[in-house]
Amino acid sequence: MDIFLAKAIEFGVIFLFGCIGETLTEKSGHLNLGIPGIMCAGAAGGCFGAGIYLTSVENPNGFVTVLLAILFACLFAGLLGGVYAFLTVSLRCNQNVTGLAITIFGVGFASFFINSVVLTLENASTLLSMAGINFFGAYLPIFDKMGVIGTIFFAHGPLAYLAIVIAILSALMLRKTRIGLNLRAVGESPATADAAGINVTLYKYVFILVGSAIAGLGGLCYVMEYMGGIVGSTVSSTIEGIGWLSIALVIFTLWKPDLAIVGSFLFGALYILSNYITGVTFVQTKLLNLVPYMVTVIVLIITSVRGKKENQPPASLGLSYFREER
Amino acid sequence: MNQEIALELKHISKYFGSVVANKDVSLTVRKGEILSLLGENGSGKTTLMNMISGIYFPDEGQIFVNGKEIVIRSPLDAFHYGIGMVHQHFKLVDVFTAAQNIVLGVKDKKRFNLKEVNERVMEISNRYGFHIDPKKKIYDMSVSEKQTVEIVKVLYRGADLLILDEPTAVLTPQETEKLFAVLRKMKEDGKAIIIITHKLHEVLSVSDRVAVLRKGEYIGSVVTAETNEAELTEMMVGKRIELNIDRPDPVDSRLKLNVEHLTCKNKEGVTTLDDVSFKAYSGEILGIAGISGAGQKELLEAIAGLEYAYPGSTVTYVTQEGEEEELIGLSPKEIRDMGVALSFVPEDRLGMGLVGSMDMADNMMLKSYTKGKTPFVERKDPTSLAVKIMNELEVVTPGIHTPVSRLSGGNVQKVLVGREIAASPQVLMVAYPVRGLDINSSYLIYSLLNEQKQKGVSVIFVGEDLDVLIALCDRIMVLASGKITGIVDGRTATKEGIGLLMTKNEAMRQEDKNES
Repeated sequence: MDIFLAKAIEFGVIFLFGCIGETLTEKSGHLNLGIPGIMCAGAAGGCFGAGIYLTSVENPNGFVTVLLAILFACLFAGLLGGVYAFLTVSLRCNQNVTGLAITIFGVGFASFFINSVVLTLENASTLLSMAGINFFGAYLPIFDKMGVIGTIFFAHGPLAYLAIVIAILSALMLRKTRIGLNLRAVGESPATADAAGINVTLYKYVFILVGSAIAGLGGLCYVMEYMGGIVGSTVSSTIEGIGWLSIALVIFTLWKPDLAIVGSFLFGALYILSNYITGVTFVQTKLLNLVPYMVTVIVLIITSVRGKKENQPPASLGLSYFREER
Repeated sequence: MNQEIALELKHISKYFGSVVANKDVSLTVRKGEILSLLGENGSGKTTLMNMISGIYFPDEGQIFVNGKEIVIRSPLDAFHYGIGMVHQHFKLVDVFTAAQNIVLGVKDKKRFNLKEVNERVMEISNRYGFHIDPKKKIYDMSVSEKQTVEIVKVLYRGADLLILDEPTAVLTPQETEKLFAVLRKMKEDGKAIIIITHKLHEVLSVSDRVAVLRKGEYIGSVVTAETNEAELTEMMVGKRIELNIDRPDPVDSRLKLNVEHLTCKNKEGVTTLDDVSFKAYSGEILGIAGISGAGQKELLEAIAGLEYAYPGSTVTYVTQEGEEEELIGLSPKEIRDMGVALSFVPEDRLGMGLVGSMDMADNMMLKSYTKGKTPFVERKDPTSLAVKIMNELEVVTPGIHTPVSRLSGGNVQKVLVGREIAASPQVLMVAYPVRGLDINSSYLIYSLLNEQKQKGVSVIFVGEDLDVLIALCDRIMVLASGKITGIVDGRTATKEGIGLLMTKNEAMRQEDKNES
């Protein structure tokens, strides 16, 4: 049971990265359906960054490995997010179409890049799995002696705590700061924000890029922390599935980063549930895997029926903004 | 009165393409005074004020604030010079509180603290006598409360010159009185206020001076205490201009449409058409005049079956054979098939009636897709109709397969009106068919309408330009706030007479209020 809960949190963290990234993007009025692809790109970038360092240094330092992986994950994801931002903000392309194209590209790119570039580095797969277990899986030394509580809450790698810190900071930013207020105004009513002297384009670009970079960490987290650095052939397709669920999770958590922490752990638990229940048939496993999607649909129905304005998506989500159209 | 000049405009002009929005406008506003900017629709009031508030940039002329020449390039610049504008359409974020909306975009060095903002909002409210709850969400607010938020927003940024664009258009008479009381307090505080309006009695009750615009030109300023409604009306509508539009005598005058007790309400439950009754005859053009939003759109849409008419309303249509048919309750398509056509040119021209991304032929098909015998759509007839319209109305387009959104405004309107005429209707309703057109295209549309009239069609023409209405129409019906204030003969009507009728209901409303 405690192993199950620990794994649920570990898996939930991947959702949390994707969910926070998408929430920040959506708060600027952009529905980024490219998140699954961007998470894949993050995984590819992270493996590449870590792989280059590990294969070129004799005695790799754990901290540097993790840092480089994070930087490259953010860079790759950010680049793909930048393409999305340029197409939807500057060229005002349809956000749904652009997002889907980004996802299709990102998934294929990551699969190709990991197999043809990262894994061709000398000894890469051995070194990556070593780093995955020793560096990304390094948990806090003091608290692992705390029994069950320690196993559930403190036996996680650095990325898990990073995710929670990012989520809390995002929640504070949205609720308490001027930047948060401005960002919400941009997503709700860009014309109002523009008239109030807020640089709408800048806000959109910044938060699409930041959101993409954060989501990219989710991909990295899956490969290096959850999978322990074992880069298999199904990495891309699994991350893509996680990416779609992350977008659903944004709806489930009502665009609130603090709720996202709880929501992502719940989704993590539901996602791996079928692995920890014994004696279920193949069909039952598939049915269990459906649960997160069904929960999302139910939440969507409930919030729509109740119709509370705060729980609705940002009012101009998915719409391009033309200043001339007053 | 403080005689210091707060804002001075010198020889301001603004052009949109070949259209003149403002030409050589010069005016001044003093500190501690309320200036009314008066003018008909399209006289350039809002454009002029948008140039002061940084939304448009003037093509010619100079702006002085407190005696110094300034350049205003953005709303932020305007705030910087203490100019704040309250737009007709509020710019507020629905899910924010009043205070959050007010502080949005304000740049100061202090730490962001909503509590302090709330306190300052209360302070401003108490000073001028507003009633506002800084923590209330915008979506819970009435229109008048939202307007209050907009005004406080401008004051919070330290504006000394306030521009209000038709602030009373959305208010009840009681709310209007409250607003005026607040404005008078601000005036005592030394603020300069410009209020855009076309309601004469409000001008007389609140302002110190009146500046009048007509067709983009500055006509003059008068001191409110030394003027009266008649003088202002004349300044606003001007002397009659001869247009030389043909007006053949009505032919074969038979009752076509009998509208009785037509009443409509909008989504908020406000009456938009109030017990309207009139008759339209074949072979004549019935003009409809009124300030924008006086119920013209609702009237046409109710007849066409697009707007719900309240019980008690009847619209009786007399067919060619003399049979009477009740239109209310029928679907728009049934009404159209009986020979009642509507062509409405909205402000953005493409919004109603045509699909911008489709070509001329496909747009023709929108009205005929149910015809034809095979399961596939019939393309031949719409295509030949499109060719016919293109040739007969001289539509300038690379071909009938070019998307209509690529056509110029005038050509789009020709397509729209041409399609309605092609259905050979018995009653043809057109709204603003010459909106934004150059003179030649306008005359072409007028002659098209006259042609229909001579064929015995009953034409109902909603127009903006009084000169055109007087020159073209046989009878002119004037609407004001959803009521008919008069039906006059086009041959003997005067602009002053119609102008007074257009604003008459406001005065009536005031009297009603005093009685009750």
